[in-house]
Order: sequence, then C-alpha cells, then structure tokens
Amino acid sequence: MNALIVAGLLLVLLGVAYQSGWSRSRGLVTADGVKIHSRPQYHGSFVAIWAMVPTLVILGLWAWFGGGITRDYTVSLIPTDIMTSLDQVGLNAAIARIGALASGYGVTGDSPAWEQAAGDALRSFQMLTFVGVLVLALVAGGAALVYARSRIDARLRARNAVERVINLALLACSAVAILTTLGIVASLISEAFRFFTFIHPFDFFFGTVWNPNNAGSAGNWGSYGLLPLLSGTLMITAIAMLVAVPVGLMAAIYLSQYAAPRLRAVAKPMIEILAGIPTIVFGFFALVTVGPFLRDMGNLVGLTINATSALTAGIVMGIMIIPFVSSLSDDILNQVPRTLRDGAYGLGATQSETIRNVLLPAALPGIVGAFLLAVSRAIGETMIVVLAAGNAPVLRGSPFESVATITVSIVNQLTGDTDFTGPQSLVGFALGLTLFVITLGLNVVALYIVRRFREQYE
Amino acid sequence: MDMVAGKVKMTQQSVKSAMNPTDMLERPIRLTARDVTVHYGAKQALYGISIDIPDRAVTSFIGPSGCGKSTFLRCINRMNDTIEGAKVGGTILLDGEDIYDPALDVVELRARIGMVFQKPNPFPKSIYENVAYGPRIHGLARNKTDMDEIVISSLRKAGLFEEVKDRLNEPGTGLSGGQQQRLCIARAIAVGPEVILMDEPCSALDPIATAIIEELIDELRENYTIVIVTHSMQQAARVSQKTAFFHLGNLIEEGVTEDIFTNPVNKQTQDYIMGRIG
Amino acid sequence: MTDTLSTTRQASIERTQRIRSGLRRRHMGEAIFRGLGLAAIVLALGFVALLFVDVVRKGVPAFTQSNLHLVVNFDPELLKVDPAPAPTAFASQAEYNAASLKWQRDVAMLNWNKVVEASLRAAAPAGFDIDSKQILTIAETDARHDIRELFVADPSLLGQTVDVDVLASANAANWIKGNIDRSLGDAQQQLSAPARALIDTFVENGTISNGFAWSIFTNVDSRAAPASAGLLGAFVGTLWMMLIVIVLAVPIGVAAAVYLEEFAPKSRWTDLIEVNINNLAAVPSIVFGLLGAAVFINYMHLPISAPIVGGLVLTLMTLPTIIIATRGALLGVSPALRQAALGMGASRTQMVFHHVLPVTFPSILTATILGIAHALGETAPLLLIGMKAFVASVPLTPIDQATALPVQIYLWQGNENRNFFEPRTAAAILVLLAVMIVLNGVAIYLRSRLEKRA
Repeated sequence: MNALIVAGLLLVLLGVAYQSGWSRSRGLVTADGVKIHSRPQYHGSFVAIWAMVPTLVILGLWAWFGGGITRDYTVSLIPTDIMTSLDQVGLNAAIARIGALASGYGVTGDSPAWEQAAGDALRSFQMLTFVGVLVLALVAGGAALVYARSRIDARLRARNAVERVINLALLACSAVAILTTLGIVASLISEAFRFFTFIHPFDFFFGTVWNPNNAGSAGNWGSYGLLPLLSGTLMITAIAMLVAVPVGLMAAIYLSQYAAPRLRAVAKPMIEILAGIPTIVFGFFALVTVGPFLRDMGNLVGLTINATSALTAGIVMGIMIIPFVSSLSDDILNQVPRTLRDGAYGLGATQSETIRNVLLPAALPGIVGAFLLAVSRAIGETMIVVLAAGNAPVLRGSPFESVATITVSIVNQLTGDTDFTGPQSLVGFALGLTLFVITLGLNVVALYIVRRFREQYE
Repeated sequence: MDMVAGKVKMTQQSVKSAMNPTDMLERPIRLTARDVTVHYGAKQALYGISIDIPDRAVTSFIGPSGCGKSTFLRCINRMNDTIEGAKVGGTILLDGEDIYDPALDVVELRARIGMVFQKPNPFPKSIYENVAYGPRIHGLARNKTDMDEIVISSLRKAGLFEEVKDRLNEPGTGLSGGQQQRLCIARAIAVGPEVILMDEPCSALDPIATAIIEELIDELRENYTIVIVTHSMQQAARVSQKTAFFHLGNLIEEGVTEDIFTNPVNKQTQDYIMGRIG
Repeated sequence: MTDTLSTTRQASIERTQRIRSGLRRRHMGEAIFRGLGLAAIVLALGFVALLFVDVVRKGVPAFTQSNLHLVVNFDPELLKVDPAPAPTAFASQAEYNAASLKWQRDVAMLNWNKVVEASLRAAAPAGFDIDSKQILTIAETDARHDIRELFVADPSLLGQTVDVDVLASANAANWIKGNIDRSLGDAQQQLSAPARALIDTFVENGTISNGFAWSIFTNVDSRAAPASAGLLGAFVGTLWMMLIVIVLAVPIGVAAAVYLEEFAPKSRWTDLIEVNINNLAAVPSIVFGLLGAAVFINYMHLPISAPIVGGLVLTLMTLPTIIIATRGALLGVSPALRQAALGMGASRTQMVFHHVLPVTFPSILTATILGIAHALGETAPLLLIGMKAFVASVPLTPIDQATALPVQIYLWQGNENRNFFEPRTAAAILVLLAVMIVLNGVAIYLRSRLEKRA
C-alpha cells in the first residue's frame, strides 16, 4: 500500500516536472524567436531528472536506514524493567509483537498494557515518519524542479545534460555484469574461507573420503574429501564427451558438407531442439528410461549395471551436449575458407579426404575450443546428475556403479537452509569455488582459442 | 621500383622471344569444348562455349570480371560440381574422352587436370606435406624415397626448392604470397597432371612475384597443357600462345594471341583491348 | 635419375592406372564416412524423437483422472453441530465473526470421514463386505474437505442429499489405469482385496468414471492427497519469476549492450567487460544459485523460497545471453544507417535510440524470448535458494513461498508413490515443454512478422 502511494507520487512528480520544463521551453520559442539549443522534450527530461534525483536519494536513504531507526525507536518503547529481563531472542520476539500490534494484524495470546501502548506509539511513529519522509522528499524534489526550471533558457544545453545521464545509466547497466562476477567471486571465496576454518584445505582438496556428518558438531564434522566427487565428475564428463563429440562433430560435418539444403533446413533446428530442453527433463528421461534400459542391457550380456550410474548420467548428458558441439563445430567448419576446400578438390581428393585431411586440421583449434566449452558445460551440469548418477560419493573406477559429482554434493549440502554456520553447508561454497575455477579456466582458454581461430580466417 | 620494372621488362622479352605463333597452330588439340552452358539455379552464366585447347601451350581466357571465364575454367576439371545448384550442359572432351561421362571418376579427372587458384591456398600443413598430399591420396609413391623425390622435383619444377630446402617441415602458410603460390603450383605438379588450370594465379601477388610466376608458366609449357584465366591483358599477351575473349557469358573471339591483340576481328574484343569495356 | 614427374604419354597412362587402382578403396572410404555422418544425424534426431515419445507415452495417461460420483447425505446423525450463527443475531460484526469462526472450527472437528464412508457404502452393492478403513482408501483423502466446504458454504444442506464428484485416491487410480500388476499377491498390493473388488464394481456401475484431469491445472501441490496434486502453485511461481526476469533482465541487458557496442570507448576496460560477459554466459547455473543463497538470502535477508530471489538469480543468469544477443544484433546494423542519422545532425544517443535500436528490435525480442525460455527450464539454482520446499498454496505476491515448474518436476519425480507420480511427473514435463514450445513459437512468429514489416 505504502509502496503504491510512493510510486504514484513519484509518477506525478515526474509528470509535473517534465510538463513544466516542456511548457517553459515552448514559451521560449514564442517569446523571442532565438535559436534554441535543445528541443522541448530535452528540457522536460532535464527538469524531470533534476526533480527525481533528490527525491529518490531521500527515499533511498530512508529505505536503507529507516528499518534500523524504527527498530531503535521500538526498543526505546519497551519499559526498562521489562527490557532487563529480555535476552536477545526475547527482545526480537517483543519487537516482532509490537510491530504486529502496530500493523493492526494483532498478536496471538493476551498482550500486556505496555505492549499495547508501545504498539500504538509505534503506529503513530511509523505514520509520522512515513509522511515526514515523503513530504521531505517531495519538497526537495520540488525545489530541484523549480531550480532546474529557472535554468532553462535558449542556450541551455539540456540535450547534452540529458544524454550524459542516459550514458551514465547505460554504464551502470553494463556494470551489473561485472558486479555479478564480483559477487560470485566474493561470495564463493568468503564462504569457502569460512569453510576452511573448519576443515583444512589439504583435507578437502586431497581427501579421499566424502562423508559429511550433517548432524555433527565441533570435532565431529565428518569427512569432506573432494577426490571422490571430482572423480565422479570427470568420469561422467568423459562418458558424455565420448557420446557428444563423435555424434555432434559428425552431425555438423554431414549437415555442413553433405546434406542437401532441404535436409539441413529441417535437421538443424530439430537437433537444436535438444539444446532447448530443460536439463530436468533429461534427468527424468535418464532416471526412468535410459537407466533401466542400460541395466537390462547389462543383464543381457552378464554385466551388472546400476540403473543410476555414471554411465546413465554420462550418456544422457552426452545427448544433451550433442547440439552444443554440433552447432559450434558447424560455425567453425563454415569459417574455414572455401579456397582450402577447393585446393584439395582441385588435387582430386574425395570429399571425405578433403574433410578429414584439410578441413578438420584447419578447423582443429576452433574445434578444440568448442570441445573445451562442452567439457566445461558437462562439468557444471547439475540436474541430470542429481537424478541419474545415484549419489554414491565413493572413489571407484567403474562407470557401471553409482557416483556423485561436485554439483550433486552442492545440491545435497545446501538444501535451501541458509544457516551457514557449519562446514556441512559451507562446503557447498568450497565445492562451488572449485567448480567455478575449473569451468572458468576451461572457458577462458576455450574462448581465447576460438577467438584466435576466428581472427586467423578473418 | 626501377628494378621491378626492369625485371618485368626482361621477363617479357624472354617470353616474347620464345613465342612462335605458327608453332602453336601445329600442336595437337588436347581439350575440346562444344556448346558448354552453365546455370547457377535460374541464372545462366555461360552460353554455348566452344573452343579447342592446344597441347603443351598456354591458352589464356580474358574478359571483364563476371564474363564467365573462371566459370568455364572450373568446368574443365568439374570444380563446378562442388557448387550447389550449378548445372553444366554441352560436352568437354579430354583426349576425346567426355569428362562429364557419368562413368568417369571425377577424382581421377582432377588428378589429370590440376588447378591453381586465385588466392594462394596452401593447406595448414608443412611445406613437404603440402606437396606430398596429392601423391599420397592417389597412392603415387611406393615408399618414402619415392615421395621425397616427387616432392623435391615438384618443388624444383615450381622454382621453389632452393628457397625452401632448409625448411621443408615448416608450415606452408608461413611463406610469402608469391612463394605460397609457387607451392600451390608444386602441389599441383606433384600429382603429375596433363593439364594445369590457373585461375588468375597472380591477382593477389606483387609485380616481382608475378614476374617470377609468369616465367615459371612459360617453363611449364614445355611439359603441360596450361589454361590460364587472367584479368590482365598484358599478362595474357606475355605468357599465352592462344587467347580467348569472354564477355557476358559468351565466347566472343578466340585465336592466336598475337592476332587477338593486334588485329581483333570482333568490335567488342577491340573495345576491351582498347580499354573501352572492362 | 628417372623423372618421377615425367609427362610423357606412357608415364601419364601408368600414373592413371595407378590412381584407378586405388579408387575403389577411396570411394568405399567416402561412403563409410558419409554413412557415419548420416548415422550421427539419425542418432541425434532419434534421441529427440525417443525423448519426446517417451515423455508423451508416460505423461498422457496422467491427464486422465478417476472421478467418484457420490450421493452425499449430510446426515444430522453424523453431523452433530449447532446451526450456523446468523449475522442478525449479533450486536457487532466482530462478535459475529468470532461466533462464525467458532462454528467453522466445530464443523472441522466433526468426523467427515464418516460421511464419505456412508456415501461410498451407499454406492456399493448392498451387503458388500468391507471395513471402514478399507473403504476409505478408495476416495482421495481430501474428499472429506471438499464435502465439508460444501457444508460450510451452505449450512442448510444439513439433512439433505447432494450429488458430489470427488477424486478417487491415487492408489485407486493406479488400479483402474492398470499401473499395478493385478496378479500380484495381497502383500504387495497397496489396496486391500475388498477395496480392489469394490473399485472394479464402481467402475462397472458407473460410480467411478474417467475424465480429463483439470485438477493438474487448477490445483496446488498436495502430499496428503496425491491424486489432487496440481501445478497451479508452481505455475504461478514460475510466472512471477519470469515477470521479474522480463522487467529486470531485458532493460538492463539491452542497455548494457547498447553501452558496450555504441558508447563505450574501446579500451582494456571494455575488453575486460566483454571477456567477463562471455565467461559469465558459460558459468554453470548452479554457481548462480550459490550467489543467490549467499548474497540475496544470507546477506540481504530476502525471503527464502520466494519468487523474488529466484527471479533475481535467473535475471543475473539470463543477462549475459541477452547482452550477447543484443550486441550481435547491433553489430549487424549497417554503418550506412548510422552515418545517415549522424549526417542528419542527430546526436549519438539519438542515432542509437531513434534509428539503430528500432531496426534491431526483432532480433532482440527473439533473443529475449529464447533467454526467458532457457531461464524457465532452469532448476539447479532454484534448489539452492530454498525453492524446493513443499508449498501447497498459490503465491499471491513475489515474496510468498513458492516453487517453480521445473522444481515441481524434481519434487514429483522424488515422490515415493512411483506408480502414480511417474506419469504425473511426465505430465508436468509435457506442460513445461508446451510452455517452452509456445515461447519458441512466439519468438519465431514475431521475428518473421517484424522482419517482414521492417
């Protein structure tokens, strides 16, 4: 409700400011016929920006500090004799009760007279501060409006000023991407460091046992060895690559070199559909169809294959990555200059000889880049593995057994419970940091290779 | 600059002196084209080209860009097969054998009719491997010694051996433009072709490199039937014994090079040679 | 030295013979290679087909539900409760509200299972031998709530009989659909023998009939009553998140792309931003979940399990995609257009916003929709910000607890009642895929339309 009032008033202020700048600018035209630097729209925007900035600053300050001030005030409402009897939890409860009384929703149980009084006082305080802040903001905005309006004359370079603001806003938007990266790095590193205060980094990075004690307390945290998870991750990734690279690469070769235009027009988007399917769907497919199928196939030839195993997750993940590999390879093959192909044809090479001996070697750096990107994607993939790998964080070599991966363990350890106090949940960030570093390294190298490759043939 | 001009001039003279029109006319015919047409989809690019190409001589195709001279050249070793939607009509005979005969293997044909392209296009392999590639896929060398010999004599014939003999294992793409083009010529020679097609082989090269290649072409004439497409009339005059003028997909005039340049029959040829169209 | 490159007639013929002898093998190799390529295509397309056929085959049965047509007698003997308070009898609204609430509590305390049981028995053949516990397994557990709500809404029903449709229980539905092997012994069956027999009787006499499962679309998730578990809550949760993504990611992404492509000076700094964005696009989605958990929830204390946090995380995840696509589109605008605008005296900002951006609108729109479709299917980061909690209500605001469609799929596939929930999970997947197909279709349609107009 309050938010709606504020938004409404802001809109009104915006409109009034724009209108007043615009009309004053129009007035200039009729008055003296001098050549005006900026058009009326810019004068309107100029005034509107001037009016909005102080208003938003004041409202922003209140949004940031208002909570603390209100809380301090609420605490001051609690009588001293009661105050002394309250511990931290009790104090928080009292504040919450007073807040509930003030909001008018009421509280459960009976409330003593001082609570009622405090609630009433808090309500009027909130009302007063809300109106006060709003009025203050509007007055500041209005003053800025009047000032900006008075500055309007024919020579005012309003357009340049407005464009500078637009420019700044655009810059701020592009900074979001940087901030995201910084946020990722900062949160991963700080929480991971907290984890390392519980578990020695050596025990984490080189530990061979993964057995967190989720109910544990100091001295009995359990084991947090990364190696079983890493081996599971790498095994599944390797299987996925064994599926995705040959199929994806051959599909790209066929589509870009052999297929008739009509087949290409149909098959290419069809394969790309695979890329658009959510990974949870692949996970379900792996769990209920591929896993049991592989198990039955294994039984047929006398192999014991777990329905949820590295093999199941790897194969399905490979299927998921096929379009990724094929569309990247397709791009790269198309960038190899036609003249190279002509050179081989001109010598009498067959099409497959041309592709194998000339096209692929020429495209190799790009394809390696694509391969690394695909590896990075496989390592970071979560849902397929959560559903189909079986979650058995044990160091072993058989792809027919259940395994666990880094991503699975992140999901298991961070179940939405954000009480980041023990290594049980903090380990999620240490794992996340490991994952981030691995994938970032792969991505940087891959993107660099691909970029170099593109430049080579530009 | 003076040096360059001198070199070109010198080459020109040496080539001129070797040229003998009547000699050319006595040569047997190697390639015969009759009513060759090419369509790219709905668009017609060539209109009934008929020409005879003499053995062990240089025949040049000239004409303004887009006139169909390259298109016709690419018909001769069926490179147009690799372009989607291209359709070739008419007949082209190599030693009396129809090269568009369905029974004929295009791989074998291209081994017999080599090609050098407009832009030097060495493979991203070593110099040695570039030259060895053709003989290798065609199985022409029995052993390593054979292969070494093929590679070295090809490079020699292309006049490149002395320059690269110490770095045969370095990538071919590291050579200069003119060297790259000679490498491509060596690559074509290594397969032992009977005909070599050259599609504006000097258009991406500087004058010195051009002069060297022209000299080379003149030497190769001894052993190979050469067809060259060029946008430079001077080049055609310098290196070829027979010249054909193409315009808008038609073969306007063909004949002994000297006649074409000094005494063209057709008005369009004359306009082109005088620089009025192009 | 013999000339290996001899061009004599004899040498040429020999060479040709040599080449010819290898041709068979080489063409064979060609055919094999080509075959492998074709096989790869067939394999890839086969996977697409297999996946779709599998999900459709598994999911379609879940769109049928078994309805129980009961004749419910609101028997005063079973429903011993005071008459509902009338508004007129009270001095103030508050007193009436209090009395009304008390009455509703009393109603809720009644044993409504007795009413359900009586209705089921009434539908059964006379003298059918089945005990109370067994017969109640036929109706879904929330049947009693449905009937109770009818009564609360209209207390005058007391003593009357009314036709009511309720859902058959998940186990009953399994039995009817044949998801359970009928030959299994009693020990392995979820339902008792009399209950199974009665279900078959009900199907024969029309008490139970199958209909389209609207409940999947109109109900929220339920654990106690699996047969009535629906997607509405998850759907609305997803809707909230997509709304946030659209409101935040699109303007910020486009603005960032415009800045980088049109305004930013080409420097090391912008190079860094570019590398950063490309890498961000390849960061695993789960890492964004960690970011959300650490920053939005732990640091900023935004509510856990709420669409607002999910929306913010997905926004950050989608941003790089939108930025990259928009930059690509801007790069494709011909320099001629820019020069024309600048030549007319437009400022750089005017040139970008009046001339360049409108031209790129179709591509940006398409990229945005595809980015949103991708965010829509994302699961892993949402698990880390608590969106896998069981939520049995529709989130009315973006700060209410909620879940999302893909997370609902994750939750359902983990349900112990496999026989019933496997089809239902597949059905949820079909709904999710349908939404994605619609989004992609819209993207393609809009692009072709806008491009035609441009």
